[in-house]
Amino acid sequence: MQQFPCPFCGLRNEQEFHFAGEAGKIRPDTTRKVSAADWADYLYTQKNTMGEVREVWMHSPCAEIFILRRDSVSMAVLGVEQLRKNKP
Amino acid sequence: MSGFRIAKGGLINREQTLDFTFDGRKYQGVKGDTLASALLANGVRIVGRSFKYHRPRGVWGVWFDDPNAIFDLTLKDVSLPNCPATTTHLVEGMSARAVNAYPSAQFDIKGVFDRFHRFMPAGFYYKTFKWPHWHLFEPVIRKMAGLGHLGSEIIEGYQSEQHNIRCDLLVIGGGPAGLAGAQAAAQAGQSVILVDDHPEFGGGLYRRSKDIEGVKPAQWVARQCRAIEAAGGRLMPATTAFGVYDHNMVALAQDKGFGLAPTLWRVRAKRILMATGATDRPVTFANNDRPGVMSLDGALEYLARYGVLVGRKIAVLSNNSFVEPAAEILRRAGGEVRVLDATQGQAKALGNKVLHGVEMNGQRFDCDTLLASSGLTPVVHLWRHAGGKLDWDENLAAFIPGKAPDNMRAAGAANGTFDLDNALSEARAKAIGAPVPKQKSTYRITPLWPKPDAKARQWIDFQHDVTLKDIELAARENYASVEHLKRYTTLGMASDQGKTSNMTGLAAMAALQGRSIPEVGTTTFRPPFVPVPIGLYGGARRGQLFNPLKRLVLEDRHRAAGAALGEYGGWLRPGWYGARDITREVLRARNAAGILDASPLGKIEVMGPDAASFVNFIYYNTISTLKTGCIRYGFMLTEGGIVYDDGVIARLADNHFVISCSSSHVESVTAALESWRQDGNDPDRIFIHDCTQNWPTVTVTGPKAREIMAQLDLSIDLADFPHMTWRETRFKQAAARVARVSFTGDTSYEISVPVDKVHALWDAVILAGKPLGAGPIGVEALSVLRAEKGYIIVGKDTDGEVMPHDLGFAIPRAKKTAAFVGDRGLHTDNANREDRRQLVGLRVPDGAVALATGAHLVEKSASGLHSIGVVTSSYNSPSIGQPIALALVEKGTERMGETLTIWHMDQQNTATVVSPVFLDPKGARLNAG
Ligand SMILES: [Zn+2]
Repeated sequence: MQQFPCPFCGLRNEQEFHFAGEAGKIRPDTTRKVSAADWADYLYTQKNTMGEVREVWMHSPCAEIFILRRDSVSMAVLGVEQLRKNKP
Repeated sequence: MSGFRIAKGGLINREQTLDFTFDGRKYQGVKGDTLASALLANGVRIVGRSFKYHRPRGVWGVWFDDPNAIFDLTLKDVSLPNCPATTTHLVEGMSARAVNAYPSAQFDIKGVFDRFHRFMPAGFYYKTFKWPHWHLFEPVIRKMAGLGHLGSEIIEGYQSEQHNIRCDLLVIGGGPAGLAGAQAAAQAGQSVILVDDHPEFGGGLYRRSKDIEGVKPAQWVARQCRAIEAAGGRLMPATTAFGVYDHNMVALAQDKGFGLAPTLWRVRAKRILMATGATDRPVTFANNDRPGVMSLDGALEYLARYGVLVGRKIAVLSNNSFVEPAAEILRRAGGEVRVLDATQGQAKALGNKVLHGVEMNGQRFDCDTLLASSGLTPVVHLWRHAGGKLDWDENLAAFIPGKAPDNMRAAGAANGTFDLDNALSEARAKAIGAPVPKQKSTYRITPLWPKPDAKARQWIDFQHDVTLKDIELAARENYASVEHLKRYTTLGMASDQGKTSNMTGLAAMAALQGRSIPEVGTTTFRPPFVPVPIGLYGGARRGQLFNPLKRLVLEDRHRAAGAALGEYGGWLRPGWYGARDITREVLRARNAAGILDASPLGKIEVMGPDAASFVNFIYYNTISTLKTGCIRYGFMLTEGGIVYDDGVIARLADNHFVISCSSSHVESVTAALESWRQDGNDPDRIFIHDCTQNWPTVTVTGPKAREIMAQLDLSIDLADFPHMTWRETRFKQAAARVARVSFTGDTSYEISVPVDKVHALWDAVILAGKPLGAGPIGVEALSVLRAEKGYIIVGKDTDGEVMPHDLGFAIPRAKKTAAFVGDRGLHTDNANREDRRQLVGLRVPDGAVALATGAHLVEKSASGLHSIGVVTSSYNSPSIGQPIALALVEKGTERMGETLTIWHMDQQNTATVVSPVFLDPKGARLNAG
């Protein structure tokens, strides 16, 4: 059982988390023309990298959504990034 | 008779005798015995039958390394199947039966299989039963296969406890290395847990029968245990570490005694020291499966731990330097021992049912027991679970731990350090992270591996009857990879998972192909290390706790009113009240009013400066034009354009909305909203709160709804309260929200109040409704009411392909200019298809019965019938007076008036396509009052 560090709650067991998707995907601006290929790419294409990955995860109990960097082979957790921009 | 109990010695208590039976015969053992040691002490040789040929099987090993002695056990009213006799401790009154043997291990009817062995080589089942179809043969084969019998009784109270603990250092294995390591670490100030699967610590120490660091083994063990506990360490005997999982989690199964559920401990260890020891490898020779052929280390252990000498005339067949001291120990205990060098010729076991002797190089030796060891194999399973690598050690002729997983080290025999003194210093150093002193091994071994093309049958896997010939066949048919070899021959797939057979099996494959053993490699090691009950993983998560239902605040009122409570979308809700009569409740709602507990209906608040643009993006429908105080029906889509949820949204203020999603979708919709809020928006300008359970809801629906509302203490001007609006007011001095919105097609009010006011509200509504003929209705009546009006339930009347324009909601798709979730997905080639399935109603001919939900609408084509749609909802409609149905049908809206064929379970009926709105298509009832 893995443990992930929620930026809000700290280290918690993996059952409390939900995988949301690979990080870095930008939703196409759908008010302009989006080709079928670009849309399909956005919906379905996954990098599925072997090794270091950046992924969006949700910690269900607190609903915090964050970026988790981890190694998809060794399962090592490499770090977390908050999505929220730091505000004064 | 061969084995017997010696007069003294061992960790047993000879004073305390225990009676038990095996295959119906009475025996006696003593306190501290395992079933296997007790049977050996009684001279019992045959303890089971092999899986495929039903060959007689004797005890081979002494602990988890035994593949043969597997029993169905009964004690009073507890029966457990497939218990290993070597690791199950004897209890007074136990009754044991060998599995896979009928009527007993001694006389087995299916033993006749053995005569036909040449017809059943590896892959026999795959090759023989594939035509015409495996399923024809499967039931018979399954009956013949399998091991023990599962009792039909559930064991009362059999439920595993589960605990989570943490420590600096977890030491796995309480032999000399583990004890030394745990003591060193504990005294260095680390929090230490030491586990061992035996009830006593000491591991393989006892069988050496020598002093250790100046004292007797038992004294040394006690001294170490005291020191560990004195330094704050924790000792966990009778506890098996059966798996190492991600991020240093080790799972432990703690034995609680026969018939009691073991306890699961999840240990999160900063570091792990693996001191799991080593086991003996069998020697592969002719008829090496004869009862009486045993592990050499096992025999020493039976002697040291249980005071049992396994034979009187003993031959030892081996290839390493540990044999002579072993033979000497057995001699001192009273055995007549002869040592044979296994590397100097081909041995053959003699005897038909049990062993009578051994033949080698033309010479014959009479013996009742043959102790065979082709060397020690470190127990590296947990190392591999953790992702550690293995190295092949030529000098030890064994795989030993290589590149270590993070935070894990191996010491002692598990690390290939077979000399005791070396093991102690290695464990002490590794436990505290100190450098390990260089040391010399005294262990000498002449490699001894299976020799192919021998004539007689030589067993590799004793339980599954995999012989050297089977490995040869697999190699010939190119099942050469170890993973293929395993699955083709079933090598190592028995209940012992190849603990004795894998090493010899892959060595045989290496020899056959002229490759080295490390080139052939090992199969994957997976948890659990030993079989554990499935209930161990489940723990308390069973019955109601497996998936706890959400409960209504008003449950007591429903129960008092005779509600039939059932699960609806994760909630325990009234299906109906009193005797099941859905028609009565439907007509009550249509003629007077129905009173419904609608509390599970979603109430998700969205607020903040960006709330309006946010919900406009989330919804398929345009929400930005929704006026404060108004309600709109709409869909949420997936990005693919598929209908994900439907419901109403109310605007409470410019920057404040309440989303009323389907009852069963509240969590998933909330998560989806949160996802869009935090990933793509400024989370400080939008706030989302699921308030579903803060606002229980009572719905009043029907022509008398307004009359009932007028009697409630709500201070609302009902004359100025049109359909699809809402009012914020007070009920009994508390906040109340009233929405005029309908899921039935009749005038409806949804009244939401705080939890502590809902009983008063319910009682008031019931009281006001009674003289008018109104009363409570359940979810079943609601399902009929909404279908009569053509209102869909997402997930029932829609599936993973339905888009809003299939349901008649096409305008936003064509007109909405702002971006919204799923927008582009609504304009793919697939979304634009002409032959999409669309929602329609179906009417059956006069006098016909209701259609089956799930029935197909079919059309004839060149190749026969094909489906053009499916019935999604079907009821006898009390309001219409005949059956109605909703369906998704290809080009449904173009087919109005067409009569279609309905196919269900080989029966064909007809139905006419109509509008899905059966009741009040103009909405007069909806807007009444
Ligand atoms: Zn959290």
